[in-house]
Amino acid sequence: MAIILTAVLVLLLLALVFGAVLGYAAVRFRVEGDPIVEQINALLPQTQCGQCGHPGCKPYAEAIANGEPINKCPPGGEATIQALANLLDVEPLPLDGEHGEEKPPTVAYIREAECIGCTKCIQACPVDAILGAARQMHTVIVDECTGCDLCVEPCPVDCIDMLPLPVTTQNWRWNAPQPLAGSFGSQRGVA
Amino acid sequence: MSTQPRIWDMPGGIHPPQNKAQSTARGLERIPLPKRLILPLLQHIGRRAEPIVQVGERVLKGQLLASSHGQYSCPLHAPTSGTIVAIEDAPYPHASGLTEPAIILDSDGEDRRIELQPVADYRSLDPVDVLDLIQAAGISGLGGAGFPTATKLLSRPDHRISTLIINAAECEPYITSDDMTIRHYPARIVSGIEVLMHILKPDQVLVGIEDNKPEAIAAMRAAAQDTTIQIIAIPTKYPSGGEKQLIQILTGKEVPSGGLPADISVLCQNIGTCLAIHEAILLGRPMINRIVTLTGAALQRPTNVIAPIGTPIHELLAFAGLQPERLHRLVLGGPMMGFTVDSAAPIIKTSNCLLAATREELPPPPPALPCIRCGLCAEACPVELLPQQLHWFAMGKDYAQLQRHDLFDCIECGACAYVCPSSIPLVQYFRAGKAEMRAIEQQHSRAEHSRQRFEHRQERLQREAEQREQERQARAEKAARAKAAREAQAARAQLAEPPTAAPDLARIQSRKVSTLSAEQKQLKVAAATARMALQRVQKQLATNPDNTDMQKQLPELEQAFAEAQQAFEQATTQEAR
Repeated sequence: MAIILTAVLVLLLLALVFGAVLGYAAVRFRVEGDPIVEQINALLPQTQCGQCGHPGCKPYAEAIANGEPINKCPPGGEATIQALANLLDVEPLPLDGEHGEEKPPTVAYIREAECIGCTKCIQACPVDAILGAARQMHTVIVDECTGCDLCVEPCPVDCIDMLPLPVTTQNWRWNAPQPLAGSFGSQRGVA
Repeated sequence: MSTQPRIWDMPGGIHPPQNKAQSTARGLERIPLPKRLILPLLQHIGRRAEPIVQVGERVLKGQLLASSHGQYSCPLHAPTSGTIVAIEDAPYPHASGLTEPAIILDSDGEDRRIELQPVADYRSLDPVDVLDLIQAAGISGLGGAGFPTATKLLSRPDHRISTLIINAAECEPYITSDDMTIRHYPARIVSGIEVLMHILKPDQVLVGIEDNKPEAIAAMRAAAQDTTIQIIAIPTKYPSGGEKQLIQILTGKEVPSGGLPADISVLCQNIGTCLAIHEAILLGRPMINRIVTLTGAALQRPTNVIAPIGTPIHELLAFAGLQPERLHRLVLGGPMMGFTVDSAAPIIKTSNCLLAATREELPPPPPALPCIRCGLCAEACPVELLPQQLHWFAMGKDYAQLQRHDLFDCIECGACAYVCPSSIPLVQYFRAGKAEMRAIEQQHSRAEHSRQRFEHRQERLQREAEQREQERQARAEKAARAKAAREAQAARAQLAEPPTAAPDLARIQSRKVSTLSAEQKQLKVAAATARMALQRVQKQLATNPDNTDMQKQLPELEQAFAEAQQAFEQATTQEAR
C-alpha cells in the first residue's frame, strides 16, 4: 500500500514540476503570430496587386497557410512557386492562368500632360508610390512602384501606362552562355 | 634596398603570352587635343556625379563640372577649356553597350586652365584634410575597378593599416600603362606614396612589380632609395595583380572570404592612383588625364598615351594608326578580363588599355564541349574555388549551391576558362550566375521594402479611419449635449420668469410652449375672438369714421374684450402660481 502511495505521490510531484516548467515556457517563449505565415509572406513578391484574389500578399500568405494552392501569384511566377513548394514541402504546380500570366517587371508611368489631378490613383496605390495632390499633376516614384497595375483601372482619363523597367548600365546583367549554340560570345581568354 | 624581402606564392595562376613589348617601344606620347570630349557622370563604382554646369557655359581646364553625390561618388573636372554643348545620354564604355548620362564638352583649343592651388606642405595638414583634397580632385582607383580613392582610404576607419601595398604588378597581357607610368614618373609616384603614408601611417610600404618589367623596377628602386618604401619584384604569373592575390604574394596573409584587405590591416592602391594623388596634392591638378595603352596587331604604331579623360576611343585608335580592315575585336582592358566596346565610347578614369585585336590575336572561341572533369580549372584558380562544380551549379541555376561554393569569391580572372580543354566559357557562366543572384537578392530587399511600405500604409489608413470615427462620435456627443442644454435652458427660463412680469412677446412665447388646460384654452379663444371683433370695428371706423352703428358697438366690444382677456389672464396666472 505504501509503495503504491509513494509511486502516486512521486508521479504527482513529477507532473506538477513538468507542468510548471511547461507553463513557464509557454509564457517565456511565447511566439507572436503565426511564423509559417511570416515565412510564406517573405517569399511572396509583395506587389500587393491582388491578382490572387486576396487584398494583398499577407492575406494570401495566410490563405496558403490554411491550405490554398500556391500557384496564384503571377508576379512571383515560377520562382515563387518553387520557393513556396520547397518551404511547404509540396509539389510545385504550374501557375494558375486564371489569375494572370507571368510578365516581365513593369512600372507605372503617368502621362503628366493628361493628368487631371483627381487623386484616384494615389488612393489605389498600395505602397504610396504616387505623389500628387488634388488638381495637381501626379507622378510615380519609380523606385517605389511594384508594378501592380492597381492604379491603371481607377484613372478616369487613362493616362497611366505600365512600362517595362528600362535597362541601364546599373541593372544590366551578363547573360548565361547558350549551351551548344556554336558561338559563345566574348569571354574566352587569349588564344 | 638590395636584399629582396621574402615573398610567398599564390595558388593557381597561368602564364599566358605576355605581348607587352609591342606598346613600350615608343615611350609615352601625348595625343592631340580632341575636339569633343564625352565625360560620363559615372566613371567610378558608386553613384553618378551631379552636374553643376549649364549647357552653353564656357569652362576652363580643371574646372569642376560635376560634384560628388553621396559618399560613394567622385567629382568630375573639365579636361580642357571649352563650351558645354550638352548634358545627355552618350556612348559609354560598358560591357552592355548601353548609354550613360554624360557632359559633352567642345574644346576651344586654347587649353586655358584655372589657377592651380598646390599644397606643398601637406605634412602640416591633418590627414582628414588631405583626404578631402584627394576626394575633391576626383580621384578614383586607376587599376580597373574605380573605387573612389578617398572612400577606400577611409573604408575601415576603426582598423589600423599596418601594411600599405602599392599594386604595380600589371599582370594582364598586353597592358603596359602602369609600366610606362613608372618609367616616366618614378619620383612623382614615390611622392604620391608618401602622401598616402602621411594619411595612413603604415608600418611598412610594399610596392609589388612583376619581374617582367626590369626598367620599372630599376626606376622605382632608384626613386625610393632614401625612403622606407620597399620595391619587391614578384614572379610573373597571371593574376598576381589581383588585389587579394598581390596581398597574399607580398605578405603571405589571405583576405578572408567576403572581407576587405583592411580586415587584415592591409590597404592596396594602384600605382597610377599614387601618381594622381601626387598631382592632386603637390601640383593642385584634379584628375583629368590618364595613361592608356593602345595596342593590338590592328594598330600600326601601338604605344602608350597621356589622354584627356573623355577622349573618344576612335580618336585614340586613329592616333595609333588603326587599320580598320584588320580589326576583329576592340577590347577595353586586357584580353583576359576586358570587354568589347564600341569605338564611339570615350575612355574614362578606369580605362587602362585599348586592345585592337586582329582575328589571329583573339580568334572566336571554338564551340564548347562537355566538361570532362579534368580539374585543370581548379588547379588554375587563384582563389582555390572549384570551377567545374560551379559550372554545373550555374548551368542548373542552383543558387544555394553556388553560394555554398563561394561563387562571390570569384575574381573573374578567366584563368579557368583559359586552361579549359573543352573551351567552356566558365567566366561567362559565373558572371551571369553572380548577376542573377544579386538580382534575386535585390528583389528580396525590394519586396521587403514594399511590404513595409504597404504595412505602414495600412496602419495609416486604419489610424485615419479610427480618427474619423472618433471625430464623428465627438460631434454626435457635442450635438446631444447642446440639445440637452437648450432644453434645460428653456425649462429654466419658464420657471424663472413669471408671465406677469415678462414683456408681452415673451409672455406669449412662453404661453405657446406651456400646456394650457381645456378651460384656459376656451378662455384664450374667447379673448382672441373678442379682440378680433374689436379690431375689425376699429379698422372700419378708421376708414369710415361716420358710421354710427360702429361707433355704438365700439364701447361694448372694448368691454367684452377686456373682460375675456382678464378672465384668461386670471386663469393662467393662477395656474402658474
